[in-house]
Amino acid sequence: MAIPIAAVEQSGIDWEVPEEQIGLWQDAWQRFRRNRLAVLGAGIVSFLIVVALLSPILVHFGVLIDPFRQQVEDIQVAPGVGGHPFGTDLLGRDILSRLMLGSQVSLTVGLLVQFIIFPIGLTIGLTSGYFGGRIDNLLMRFTDIWYAFPDLLFVLVVVSVWHLSGPWFIQLIPIFGAIALVNWVGLARLVRGQVLSIKEKEYVEAARSSGSAPLKLILKHLLPNSLGPIIVTLTFGIPQAIFLEAVLSFLGVGIQPPQPTWGQMVNDGYEAIYANPTSVVFPALAIGFTLLAFTFIGDGLRDALDPRMRR
Amino acid sequence: MAVIAGRPRRDALLPRRLAAITDSRLGSLGVYVVRRILWMIPIVFFVIVITFVLMHSASGSPWDKEGGRQLSQVVVDNLNKKYGLDKPIYVQFLLYVWNAVHFDFGLSYQYEGKSVTTLIAEGAPYTMTLGVLAFSLIVPVGITLGVIAALRQNTRVDYATMGFATFGASFPNFVIGSLMVVVFSVFAYKATGGNFFLPASGFGLDDHLIMPVVTLALLPTVFTARLTRASTLETIRQDYIRTAWAKGLPERLVVIRHILKNSLIPVVTTLGPTFAFLVTGSVIVETVFSVPGIGRAFVTAVTSRDYPMILGTTILFSVVIAAANLIVDILYVFIDPRVRLT
Repeated sequence: MAIPIAAVEQSGIDWEVPEEQIGLWQDAWQRFRRNRLAVLGAGIVSFLIVVALLSPILVHFGVLIDPFRQQVEDIQVAPGVGGHPFGTDLLGRDILSRLMLGSQVSLTVGLLVQFIIFPIGLTIGLTSGYFGGRIDNLLMRFTDIWYAFPDLLFVLVVVSVWHLSGPWFIQLIPIFGAIALVNWVGLARLVRGQVLSIKEKEYVEAARSSGSAPLKLILKHLLPNSLGPIIVTLTFGIPQAIFLEAVLSFLGVGIQPPQPTWGQMVNDGYEAIYANPTSVVFPALAIGFTLLAFTFIGDGLRDALDPRMRR
Repeated sequence: MAVIAGRPRRDALLPRRLAAITDSRLGSLGVYVVRRILWMIPIVFFVIVITFVLMHSASGSPWDKEGGRQLSQVVVDNLNKKYGLDKPIYVQFLLYVWNAVHFDFGLSYQYEGKSVTTLIAEGAPYTMTLGVLAFSLIVPVGITLGVIAALRQNTRVDYATMGFATFGASFPNFVIGSLMVVVFSVFAYKATGGNFFLPASGFGLDDHLIMPVVTLALLPTVFTARLTRASTLETIRQDYIRTAWAKGLPERLVVIRHILKNSLIPVVTTLGPTFAFLVTGSVIVETVFSVPGIGRAFVTAVTSRDYPMILGTTILFSVVIAAANLIVDILYVFIDPRVRLT
């Protein structure tokens, strides 16, 4: 029976067929764009990246107050006093410019740690999942044990032992190492799980029966098809790494002064909390909202890249 | 987790009488428990090895002073002898493990003449008080929030709860703690002229406990709430729940007897991570609120490079977490008869 055209038009269903075929990544991008919180998160992070890159230049040209200059006449002033929009800390240093410069450390840790974790987790996960058997068993028992070590404690212990002096990016090296050492396990397990399920798929069987070499199989089929969840896991690793660095700084074992970091600023402000409570509030909120922004991006990416996890 | 399917039966090679025992569910449960307990040994051993190796890979000796005058060689030799650092490293390691098995974790470098065991015992009551109180907050509050959010899915109540959960999960506990001090100690003091405020440091069995416990409990609470919500949503869609509604049971009975009984089973698994949160959280919360517990002792040890103390507390924390995970896994098998043991 033919459906009357009028009924179809009234049904309110969008019958328009897209003119072009949409690929997986374009589709994911469209889904990501539709998620308002994820876009907000991406906006906040882009803003932070601009701030981190621009702040040394702004300080150089005198637009921003020098974050290292101690103004003895303006110690612990409230926001807005003496040309300090966010006030000054207990040494009379401008909180706004320290906050802006501090974003460098947080972003560097958050993003670079993922570049260390990616090859480690990928190699171990792929090896374990692809070859299976005894290698898999050994590697997985190893990750099991590694998983049992509480990560904050491990990072604290490592940093208490290995420390380098020098500019902040040199001091960061052991911190990178410690955070990467505790965070690769999650990625390795994820990659292994992905490989285990993908390797049973028909297209992999087809590729294998048509004579693909193992390396080609891994690079052409296993890797691209598990890339979505890997990206999501790495994105969620960013706030995790930023959090760990902030805790280290807060406890005083992270990056040493004078380079400002947000965790250290919370700690400094905490010591003078009754005299000038806002010196705690600004860095604390900076940490909180940065982590929140990365979490929003992670949630958005998960919904966009992993259709099975979609709500 | 106990649910791993598709492996060959482990007892295939056991003698017949043993095989008979392991055939019954209770028997296989016993085997499972024993194996899980034995599995703790390599974990704890590994933690000792890693921490021990790390401690000894530190550059310089623990007696180096930061700048200024150094100790004379004779003093250093005597100190090394006192703390057993003159022996080869493998002897030190074996001695350490041997003593650790007997709950002797050596002498603290930082506090003259005090053993690590004494220091831990001194801090334990404070840490345990905070932990127990936080735990008694996490479970009821987290489950209640999660169930309410699930039963009112896609309403304002649900959005508010989940929004709160997202914030609570993103803000680190030292940030939450500091912000709470600003609001409830500093601003409250100024606003009420000193009539009402919460104490920001120290320990006491009174309002001193409020902020540390809330800070410690927040992250595990929202974690539990999220999981309870997800699990309850899944249960609500089951056929037997529809049947329960259809046969006209009152809402209270459907929710408590049919929904909760099933949806709370997966929530038990969060208790393991919750313990890990409480342990690592105590490190931060005790520092923020100046509570003289084990967590703060650990931070002091880390900042002053008191290696025996770091080693002792790390081992203790790992054992507590491993034991909590073990208990949770065993509990899970008892609660949910569908779980397959491997």
